Amino acid sequence: MHAAKPAYDKLIFELSSPGRFAYSLPESDVPDGDPAALLPKAHLRDHPAELPEVSEVDVIRHYSRLSQMNYGVDTHFYPLGSCTMKYNPKINEDMARLQGFARLHPLAPEAASQGALQLMHELARDLAEISGMDEVSLQPAAGAQGELAGVLMIRAYHLARGERRHKVLIPDSAHGTNPASTALAGFSVVELKSEANGDVDLVDLERHLDEDVAAFMITQPNTLGLFESRIHQITELCHAKGVQVYMDGANFNAILGITRPGDLGFDVCHFNLHKTFTTPHGGGGPGSGPVGIKAHLGPFLPTPVVVKREDAYALDWSRPQSIGKLQAFWGNFGMLVRAYTYIRTMGPDGLRAVSENAVLNANYILKRLEGHYDRSAPGPCMHECVLSARRQKRLGVTALDIAKRLLDLGFYAPSTYFPLIVEEALMIEPTETESKETLDQFCDAMIQIAREAETSADVIHQAPVTTPVRRLDQTRAARQPVLRWHPSS
Amino acid sequence: MRYISNTSAQQKEMLGIIGASSIEDLLVRIPAKARLSRPLNLPRAMAETELVRHLQRLSGLNAGADDYACFLGAGSYDHAIPSPINHLISRGEFFTAYTPYQPEASQGTLRSIFEYQTMMAELTGMDVANASIYDAASSLAEATQMAHSVTGRDTLVISRGVNPLYRQVVETYVEGPGLRIKSAPLGEGVTDADALRKTLSKHTAAVVIQYPNFFGSLEEVRAIADIAHEAGALLVVVADPINLGLLTPPGASGADIVVGEGQGLGVPMSFGGPNLGVFAAKQELVRRMPGRLVGATVDVDGQRGFVLTLQTREQHIRREKATSNICTNVALCALMATIYVAILGKRGLRRVGELSTAKAHYAARELTKIPGVSLRFAAPFFKEFTLRLPKSPDRVIKRLLKDRLLAGVPLKGFDRAYKDCLLVAVTEKRTKEEIDAYAAALAAAVA
Amino acid sequence: MANVPAELKYTREHEWAKVEGERARIGITAFAQEQLGDVVFVELPKVGARVTAMKTFGVVESVKAVSDLFAPVGGEVVEVNAELPKKPELVNSDPYGKGWMLVIKMSNPKDVDGLMSAADYEKLTAGGGH
Repeated sequence: MHAAKPAYDKLIFELSSPGRFAYSLPESDVPDGDPAALLPKAHLRDHPAELPEVSEVDVIRHYSRLSQMNYGVDTHFYPLGSCTMKYNPKINEDMARLQGFARLHPLAPEAASQGALQLMHELARDLAEISGMDEVSLQPAAGAQGELAGVLMIRAYHLARGERRHKVLIPDSAHGTNPASTALAGFSVVELKSEANGDVDLVDLERHLDEDVAAFMITQPNTLGLFESRIHQITELCHAKGVQVYMDGANFNAILGITRPGDLGFDVCHFNLHKTFTTPHGGGGPGSGPVGIKAHLGPFLPTPVVVKREDAYALDWSRPQSIGKLQAFWGNFGMLVRAYTYIRTMGPDGLRAVSENAVLNANYILKRLEGHYDRSAPGPCMHECVLSARRQKRLGVTALDIAKRLLDLGFYAPSTYFPLIVEEALMIEPTETESKETLDQFCDAMIQIAREAETSADVIHQAPVTTPVRRLDQTRAARQPVLRWHPSS
Repeated sequence: MRYISNTSAQQKEMLGIIGASSIEDLLVRIPAKARLSRPLNLPRAMAETELVRHLQRLSGLNAGADDYACFLGAGSYDHAIPSPINHLISRGEFFTAYTPYQPEASQGTLRSIFEYQTMMAELTGMDVANASIYDAASSLAEATQMAHSVTGRDTLVISRGVNPLYRQVVETYVEGPGLRIKSAPLGEGVTDADALRKTLSKHTAAVVIQYPNFFGSLEEVRAIADIAHEAGALLVVVADPINLGLLTPPGASGADIVVGEGQGLGVPMSFGGPNLGVFAAKQELVRRMPGRLVGATVDVDGQRGFVLTLQTREQHIRREKATSNICTNVALCALMATIYVAILGKRGLRRVGELSTAKAHYAARELTKIPGVSLRFAAPFFKEFTLRLPKSPDRVIKRLLKDRLLAGVPLKGFDRAYKDCLLVAVTEKRTKEEIDAYAAALAAAVA
Repeated sequence: MANVPAELKYTREHEWAKVEGERARIGITAFAQEQLGDVVFVELPKVGARVTAMKTFGVVESVKAVSDLFAPVGGEVVEVNAELPKKPELVNSDPYGKGWMLVIKMSNPKDVDGLMSAADYEKLTAGGGH
């Protein structure tokens, strides 16, 4: 079986023609322009880099054709669990491109950056209100950096109290960045067992809580899409041993205006602006991972902190106990503008409607599919549901196969094989921006696949056939890594 | 609400099918005392026209580089952004896609990353580049972790010529693993080779220099590579790829790892973020590299295709033993850079460097004609240089702002030893007219 | 139908050991390579390195998974399979033969007594390998 249409299979280097160019640079208007006269020869390249030589038309056509090989939210339902692939509002893009934002240098004098600093200050305040936290740092460049910042602040907090604690507790259902960030911060990770529905195993937690534990990190709602209802008990148990509690905010889309980490006893949480707050996913980033804290962690915030003094905004560097910096400048400002625009577009009622509809949409899918796929847990879910393709696996059809077949049926696949504690996991997060019609089309497709698994599994194993390439040889890519184009190839 | 499709009639229908009487039934696991009993205390929703007006007002309070001649550098630069870039990256298939977990439906993203990896490897002169880290500083922090893991040694020697903001990020990242940082001092604006040799020991995992360095000067990379390797340490060079169209790539001078800021390659300055962390290394270090890697392979029909590869290094598989905690890359910024390099190409990127250095040298000549104004360092410079001023740089900056000039970065905040110094960057965008206006304004300000 | 050669000794972590006088040749079992899938890389210590019984000595990677390798016995590494860097697939195709990983000169030959027999290992893997 072959792909339905011939695929465009060129790399930009393969379109090169010596002498072609796409750039427009002015003539030099200053004297003595020869670099060999200005710089020592040893610092000048002896031969040019092997870069493309193409025309502007080549560039437009090539990258436009490449874009057509992608599925994106603008064209496809994209139910990647835990990624919150909601619609990216175009007004956000216009605002991020305003000259005073996009063309502002980070080291412009503060007096000439007041609009940017004000935006950051207000966004931090809005996120603090949304999360019930006391202060927010907008500096971390992504969720993983937000986690690192949070864990480093917890570390600094304990050290400031004269305690050196070595361990962090993390459930086995957690996202991989949780243990990775924790290890990076110098802690040992102690993995706790979760219950089958993703809830914290309270007995296992209590057994491990001691004064050598710095923090307990959980995702709320959990990674099976369920709200951990004993959260107050959990945070109290932790605090009784001086253990700080961290909330991974990846699932914030479920709880806007409904509940807040600060009210549940959390000491730190991070936000994924590229999830809940609609900054674009961009093909894999950039993200933005602000971190919110309770006041007792305030002294440890990354510097600089955006402050308001009387009527002026400023960058405050005088934080002697700060954990330091995570990126060179102040945060992914371009993404902060987008998140700010979104929050102002939605307002308090709009944000609440976001979570209510996200929860409604996920439960609708769960209801329509529960007869055909195994649920991972009983009861209503929050903004995402996790199904298991256990039944289908017995027929030789795996979660991976189902994902590939969905591509042929016009949908991007849900997340697969996460969380690790669910066999053949399919994590489906529709988000609130999808309509009932789209959800029905998706459920119809999933039901069709469940039937095909019983009667004609071959069409599933052959999938995908309509995409620009078919299933790819991952083994070869890892055994003989080819990580760049070569002029001879 | 225009982003939510379901009408209240549809919501009712869906609830009926679910078997719930209201959305409240679905929130039953949330205990009552956890429920927010009031609306969020946020400003009310704004209609699009009001919102645009509000943000235009905020934007108008900032000295953007369209209205002011920007001579600021120190890690973010006003290089020209060719017009096709914004149009191409705004195509919804690029900017609303996510990580290419399903490669068959993500060949657009994967192929453009493969092109990006190739371009960064070419420019840096290294064997392999990853799909990007967040910015130069976090890229450098990752490189130091990698050097520690490769050599088993725990000390980093960082030249005083490395951007102090990047150094601060490294200091934050080494807290966890407990690595130590020593400094190599400068002599005449570049790393003092003899002093460097004395700071190295059998504990040194890496020597870190920047090229051109924070003060704009051109370091002797080959000589420092030899000193580092003699001591069994790796050489990490911080180098922005936009300069490497003209300058000798660090890979050709003995670097083991090259990191840098790719923002100059078509990414807006945007008040400091998002940026583009370049990361490249020698072939034998590839399995220790952080971040995503895209590799070429074939599909079941034998057709060329691209996938994320060597993923077992990463957090979603290796978890606490991963080479890094990084999950996203800055894909959209990497795409901007890819298109930029395609547009500028072989000759254009070199030309950007030629124009930048020609204008920087013209500016330095004109500015140092002013009595009391001199170059702080004797070392050759590229597109940035450090001026010593006879009057307070802060006051000079304030005065020149009135002439719509962003005069430079005052160095007092970084190191009191340079409290009379100003760091000036000149890119291909600066015209002779702007430079002459700067010289006239500076002359008046220090008279 | 298990592929569990009778003359070898086994660990709970799915390594095998073949005693050759004072030395032991080490690899991973057929069960292990099947669980991993296509092996893409094996990280091994250098000749001369010391390994400790039941501590990790390296890592075996497939496309989607990574597993620590545990030394069945302690001692000095005297040989490392030079074929594996170029041909990691040998671990899949011939796990007990050409897919061998290390030869260790045992510091304490009694380490072997702590290992499982083929019969016991077969029981372990029949039960799912845990």
